[in-house]
Amino acid sequence: MTRPQKQGNSQPRWLFPFVVTVIFCLSVLPLGRLAATGIMSAVRGGASELLSDPGLWRSVYDTLSTSFFGMIAAVVLGGGFALLLTLFDIRGKAFLGFLFMLPTMIPPQVTALAWIGMTGPSSALLKALGLAPPLGSPQPLYSIGGIALLYGVQNAALVYLSLRAGLLALPRDAVEAARLSGASSFQVLKDVILPLSLPGLAAGAAIAFVSCVGNFGIPAILGIPAGIYTLPTLIYSKFAAFGPRTFADISVLSGLIAILSVIGLMVEARVLRGRDYRVIGLSGQVAVFRLGAWPWLAELLLWLTIFLILAMPLIALVASSLAPAYGVPLSPATVTIKAYEEILLRQAATRIAFTNSLSLSLATAFGLLVVTVLTGYFLVRSKSRFVGVISALAEIPYALPGIVLAVAFILLFAAPIPVIGISIYGTIWIILIAYFSSFFAVSLKPVVSAFRQLDPSLEEAARLSGAGFARRLVDILVPLVAPAAGASVILVFLIACNELTVSALLWSAGTQTLGVLIYNLDDSGSFNIAAALSVLVVIMVIAMMVVLELMAKRLPKGVVPWRS
Amino acid sequence: MAKLILNRLSKTFDTGGRAAVNDVSLTVREGGFLALLGPSGCGKTTVLRMIAGFEQPSDGSILLGERVLADAGEMVAPEHRNMAMVFQSYALWPHMSVAENVGYPLKVRGISGEKRGRKVREALAAVHLETYADRRPADLSGGQRQRVALARCLVTEPDVVLLDEPLANLDRHLRQEMEETFREFHARSGATMIYVTHDQSEAMALATDVAVMSEGRLLQVATPEEIYARPEGRLVGGLVGQGAILLLPSPIGDKRLLDWPVVQGILGSREEGPRTDILVRPQDVEIAAEGAAVTVLSVLFEGERYALRLALPDGQTLRAFSRHPVKVGDRLAIVIRSAWRL
Repeated sequence: MTRPQKQGNSQPRWLFPFVVTVIFCLSVLPLGRLAATGIMSAVRGGASELLSDPGLWRSVYDTLSTSFFGMIAAVVLGGGFALLLTLFDIRGKAFLGFLFMLPTMIPPQVTALAWIGMTGPSSALLKALGLAPPLGSPQPLYSIGGIALLYGVQNAALVYLSLRAGLLALPRDAVEAARLSGASSFQVLKDVILPLSLPGLAAGAAIAFVSCVGNFGIPAILGIPAGIYTLPTLIYSKFAAFGPRTFADISVLSGLIAILSVIGLMVEARVLRGRDYRVIGLSGQVAVFRLGAWPWLAELLLWLTIFLILAMPLIALVASSLAPAYGVPLSPATVTIKAYEEILLRQAATRIAFTNSLSLSLATAFGLLVVTVLTGYFLVRSKSRFVGVISALAEIPYALPGIVLAVAFILLFAAPIPVIGISIYGTIWIILIAYFSSFFAVSLKPVVSAFRQLDPSLEEAARLSGAGFARRLVDILVPLVAPAAGASVILVFLIACNELTVSALLWSAGTQTLGVLIYNLDDSGSFNIAAALSVLVVIMVIAMMVVLELMAKRLPKGVVPWRS
Repeated sequence: MAKLILNRLSKTFDTGGRAAVNDVSLTVREGGFLALLGPSGCGKTTVLRMIAGFEQPSDGSILLGERVLADAGEMVAPEHRNMAMVFQSYALWPHMSVAENVGYPLKVRGISGEKRGRKVREALAAVHLETYADRRPADLSGGQRQRVALARCLVTEPDVVLLDEPLANLDRHLRQEMEETFREFHARSGATMIYVTHDQSEAMALATDVAVMSEGRLLQVATPEEIYARPEGRLVGGLVGQGAILLLPSPIGDKRLLDWPVVQGILGSREEGPRTDILVRPQDVEIAAEGAAVTVLSVLFEGERYALRLALPDGQTLRAFSRHPVKVGDRLAIVIRSAWRL
């Protein structure tokens, strides 16, 4: 019964090596491989040809300009919503906030399809309303401006959340002190609230910028037809036209994306230094200003925006899916559910994609949970000085654009795995590993929040009761973090199921995912089938978000990403 | 069961700073009830957590009888120590019923069925909670939760029971009731108990031995009566009882218990020689027709009596009780029946 152990802490000896191995395989190894290839091709001079290609610099310029204008659009939309919904007495705040979050959770390729369905000469919706521009006139979204606008819609919620967290963390007494000093509402807003919440806005803008730089779905659908290539789509096209220099080129290109992202993330870290915007959040503590006679105007503006950025595109998407073919006007006579029958009953490709996406997402969500429960426990309980490094390394793959990660895994697994000699390149397993790496941080965060909230004495009491680590895990720890673990599974499933960027590079015949299928259907001109599939995806997204919303009360703060 | 021995125990945390526990040696006899008394931050909880096995000593060792539980190199994990603990936060598992909480240590030990059920019922009966077996901890009051935690300790007949300020979160009349429960528990289980508290009256009322700690060091270990009557040093003297410590010229001889003639002598002395700390408890200060002159600094009516704070001519203060009302600023004469040289 006497079993001496070396350390006084509660973790079994294998836990630290286990966590280190996981982090090494999912973060250090792929990113290290990418960096090594990039640096080697730069040193050997292979990159000079790429770097002297004017097409590359054109693409860098297009990436920066679309991302910059996208960021501006996101700041205007997200900032406006955050200010109005957090500071003013608007009715239906919670519902408006939930709706505003939807565009972020809808996959970008679906957003792009929906907007295409709303504008341009072939729009089924516009035709039905008799508003369509004449045939032959250009699709206005196939442009830098169109891409930037959709970036803005897609990422506005990131600015909204960041600024809102900043506003909610404002000390209430600072506002009250300004009021007592005789400042009017407007002066309080201008002199106290806005300056104090500026870091939140700047951080949100930086995250939105990084997200724009890494976006693949929107420029793939809107940019490629117009000959506009951002860095992620340039990687995709280089990869599609496979040649001897492809690996060197795409590693340098994803290095460029990584550098742009890291600059953005450093800006974010800098402006937020010294305050953890996720932990603070005395919800509803901020002073509410009265809009006086004007609430209806603000409410009208908010609902109108929601209508334009969410309802209209989705209506257009549904309209496109019900039209018999792209460009045929929708009327009671022409409406058909043929596209839905096609996906659900006839096409083998859709069934394969559904099976692939669902099984990949389920495997990722539940497989990661096993790993993240152990890692989260380690991160919260360990006194090791490596905790900071490990949690940073766990965050990096998710912070970097998916395309960078996909390239890293291609480089890592292009050759058969040493020692065992099996190649997983081109199989579903490479997508699964890339998902594990990419969504590790998504799965980890709710679990870590839950462990942080747990009173350590609950586990200590179990230790004194005689329960070893495995026993405590099963009887005490897992039941207590179960709600957060459930949220973690749903979140990972939601994101993995809609993901396109990683699988766009990693799929091959038989392993296409839902995201890839929607993109390919659109690419091959089956717009109405792509739209129908997108409608199903949107329904699934909304359903899962509603489930999370209903669970939110039982979860630790910060678990459901859109609630602060 | 056997003696619990702490041998030159020290603990320094990685965060640096001074040692949280510094060279503490202590023997708790089998079946003893030791109170670890000290102000917050004195290291008493760290000692308790080292005994439980949640912290490893930086130096020294902990023995239960012949068996080494921990030293700076190795330690027995808490799950193998056969100890139990009552936590300040109760540490009841919210997802289990009261009976499941109490029965968990048995479940881990592989005891099941009727035997487990019987032991759980007995333990719950001992803390008068038989009817609450199927409730959730969230449905119980603070005192009831504390009793469930106690029942969980009772159920496995542990060698040592550790109590970490168990009454800190309870209101006053519940505390008295719980003190009674603890005493009953100790008498019934015969386990060695270690009770951490910063409340001296709690320590005095419950323990067979009191160990006073301050700034990581052990100052004195003795029975409650001994600690009260013969405190060692200024820190213990100030911590136990409500006495005042006066700095007065050293009396002649090495007697430590001083009577009025001696005290009167040194109070009136003008000598410049060495000085000593003298502990004067309020119940030993009598207001008399003649004696040492004092001025009343404050008066507090406590119901059964008045509590006074008095100033000697040189400005040092002491406390006394009075049956009759006095006013601030009154000049009185006092007699100090007994004082203790620290």
